[in-house]
Amino acid sequence: MINGLLLGGVLALLSLGLNLVFGVIDVVWICYAELIMLGMYGMYFLYTVYHAPIFLAAAICIVGVGVLGLLLHTLVIAPLLGAAPINQLLATGGVLFFLQSAATVLFGIEFKNLGLRLPVLKVAGMFVSYSRLLAFVAALVAMVLVYLLLTRTYTGTAIRAIAQDRQIMPLMGVDARRIYLITSGLGGALAGLAACLLVLQYDVHPFVGLTFGPITFLICVLGSLGNFVGGFVAAFVFAEIIALGGLYLDLEWGYVFAFAFFIVMMFVRPEGLMARRS
Amino acid sequence: MTRYLPWVGGAALVALPFVYHQPYPLHILIIILIWSFAYTSWSVMGRFGLVSLGHGGFMGVGAYVTALAWNHGHVSPWIGVPLAIAASAALAALVAYPCFRFRITGHYFALVTLALSGIVLQVITATRDYTGGSLGYTPERYQGGSSLWALQFHGKTTWYLIALAVWAVGLYVWYRVDRSMLRYALEAISEDEDAAAATGVHVTAEKLKITVLSATMTAAAGALYCQYQMFISPDTVSGISVSLQMVFAVVVGGIYVSLGPTIGAVITILLAEVLRIGFGTRAVGWDNLVYGVLLVLFIIFLPKGIVGSLRDLYRSARWTSS
Amino acid sequence: MLTLHAVRAGYGTFQALFDVSLEVRRGEAVGVIGPNGAGKTTLMRVISGLIRPTTGTLVLEGVDLATTPAHRIVELGVAHVPESRRLFPRMTVEDNLRMGGFVPSARPKFRRQLEVVYELFPRMRERRHQLAGSMSGGEQQMCAIGRALMSEPKLLLLDEPSAGLAPVLVEQVFQLVDRIRASGLTVLIVEQNVQQVLRVVDRAYLLKTGHIQTAGRAADLLASDSIREAYLGV
Repeated sequence: MINGLLLGGVLALLSLGLNLVFGVIDVVWICYAELIMLGMYGMYFLYTVYHAPIFLAAAICIVGVGVLGLLLHTLVIAPLLGAAPINQLLATGGVLFFLQSAATVLFGIEFKNLGLRLPVLKVAGMFVSYSRLLAFVAALVAMVLVYLLLTRTYTGTAIRAIAQDRQIMPLMGVDARRIYLITSGLGGALAGLAACLLVLQYDVHPFVGLTFGPITFLICVLGSLGNFVGGFVAAFVFAEIIALGGLYLDLEWGYVFAFAFFIVMMFVRPEGLMARRS
Repeated sequence: MTRYLPWVGGAALVALPFVYHQPYPLHILIIILIWSFAYTSWSVMGRFGLVSLGHGGFMGVGAYVTALAWNHGHVSPWIGVPLAIAASAALAALVAYPCFRFRITGHYFALVTLALSGIVLQVITATRDYTGGSLGYTPERYQGGSSLWALQFHGKTTWYLIALAVWAVGLYVWYRVDRSMLRYALEAISEDEDAAAATGVHVTAEKLKITVLSATMTAAAGALYCQYQMFISPDTVSGISVSLQMVFAVVVGGIYVSLGPTIGAVITILLAEVLRIGFGTRAVGWDNLVYGVLLVLFIIFLPKGIVGSLRDLYRSARWTSS
Repeated sequence: MLTLHAVRAGYGTFQALFDVSLEVRRGEAVGVIGPNGAGKTTLMRVISGLIRPTTGTLVLEGVDLATTPAHRIVELGVAHVPESRRLFPRMTVEDNLRMGGFVPSARPKFRRQLEVVYELFPRMRERRHQLAGSMSGGEQQMCAIGRALMSEPKLLLLDEPSAGLAPVLVEQVFQLVDRIRASGLTVLIVEQNVQQVLRVVDRAYLLKTGHIQTAGRAADLLASDSIREAYLGV
């Protein structure tokens, strides 16, 4: 039960990143989970292979994947901003292929583990792994920081504004391209943070993105792409289902139940889906 | 003159295996034909802006249901294949109906279908006691591997002709859709759903029809693949990679042209073979790497694919000369 | 202050403005009137940079606007209140005003300008934490104009401020425009409501199907027939 809550924190982080990019730039990064995969490899190499201190490795990782987000936007998305939305989607699909394959070629397909043994704590009579607790707290802190950024700074306010009315932004003196870059970097950084947290619990391999990707997308769709609060709630609901499924059956069944739940939700609560935005 | 070209070409294709028996090239041709059929199936709905990233799931359903029905249920593929097709139709309807009914289109729809193919893969892996999971699955050989009842044949020639026939049927379906009222309805829908609905088009019904058609054809491709290769694994017939591969091939070949997906299949499969021969086992991952880069480059610079762009060139050349 | 000369502009293959020339002097209130589809909104968008002119010159106090990036034009002192307000619906009034003061030169003066705007629009002070999309048309118009004023502009562009408003609110809007220009701000206002706008501006241009038909002092135009002809074709 608790474990579901903690996974929810990480999933909420992921859907926040994806939501930001979609809300602001109106593009979905299908390869988002692959950015996380690269972040996880980054942590592995920095910490396990090169023995960097863990916090330094995490910092480098977060910044690194943030830069990857910037690159993704500049090289792939920006040239396609005027094209049909589906082309943008497909282009990120191409990047997905590329990243998975590059990882396969460079790192091989074996599972790699961070090798960090974190203790298990006893909290209120339940056993909670330290890594999961850390993940939850870090995710929460990150989300609060992002919230503050969005509501208390000019840039953050511009990010919220551009998601609501892109065309008049120049009238406010806002350079949309700069906002896109900042958002891409932020989305990447959130993925980097998620990678640091996930690598504490999960092994990394080139296809680990396939485990988190589909669920993140479902969360975003159910929570309504662009609706941050909705995504947040949906993340926790999904995480609970996955955890429960994994408790009684194989982990994969957890994901199957989550998808089935998603289908049911679409029938039951279509208002939860911002169907107008497509 | 050009009217007879398809017939001449078709006759040549049919006669080919009788003239040229080398098993390896024939094998490549069969693979190309099967995947061409799969890609054409995808493009049947993809061309109307209904981009599904979940067709890997349907192909997987087609392959696994047929194989499982045979191995566990001892049901002949003559029944197993229709069963697989029905299963994929049900799955397509189940997922597509709420999407269309509640106006989930574009990004959303693509994401939902993407998740679908991912989930199908998870199901296959989760039921590993039955399906062999990621290790793959083999339909049992019957009567030494050559039987009409089991739809298993030894000769490449037989398979080639079967694949050719199925591929031709796929093209035929494409043409029929192209000339049908369904096409105009769907094009109107892809332009402006509300306007289309206002003119009396049953948006949900039409979209559902084309989706189920596309899904069932893809499932048939999966079943065919299973029977031919006699080995299936989650990564080769289902999952996100297969889904993206389909899109990639059709984008490269040309999405609005009937032979576009086929050209795409030729290119991607030949590319994979060349890499495999050139690099051996070190080629693992390189083919998708190249696909990935090419897909991005194509989307940015040649969104209409090779055939589509050539056609545009041809057309503009005709205009300037006349 | 602002000079347009032989400006042509449009959307893709559709040309909306044909050889438009006009000027606005400092401290003036100038109106552009004309029937629907005349190109008035296009004209506003060309000035504020949302659309680039295909030919012609567009100069503000010596600076060529046609080559200035759109988001820089606000810094030069041009604030555009778009047609149908275009507030950010899911943001509060105060956040909308904050966006108006986004340009770096306006940020240090944010608090002061906010007070100015709230003085001008006491209703906005009451509703400062309300979501902009939930307000009435008249309130939204106040908020939109307030937002434009946050950057302390030299030139205020108003695109059909009375559109969609009840007559009593239309009155209020034009009284407001009068107050604004009385405070020394230069105003260019585009309107379909001829009577009202000609009472608050000094001069006006008549724009019809992309061409300037007539120009002159407001009082003269009010008396002439050319306007009636342009609108009603008689």
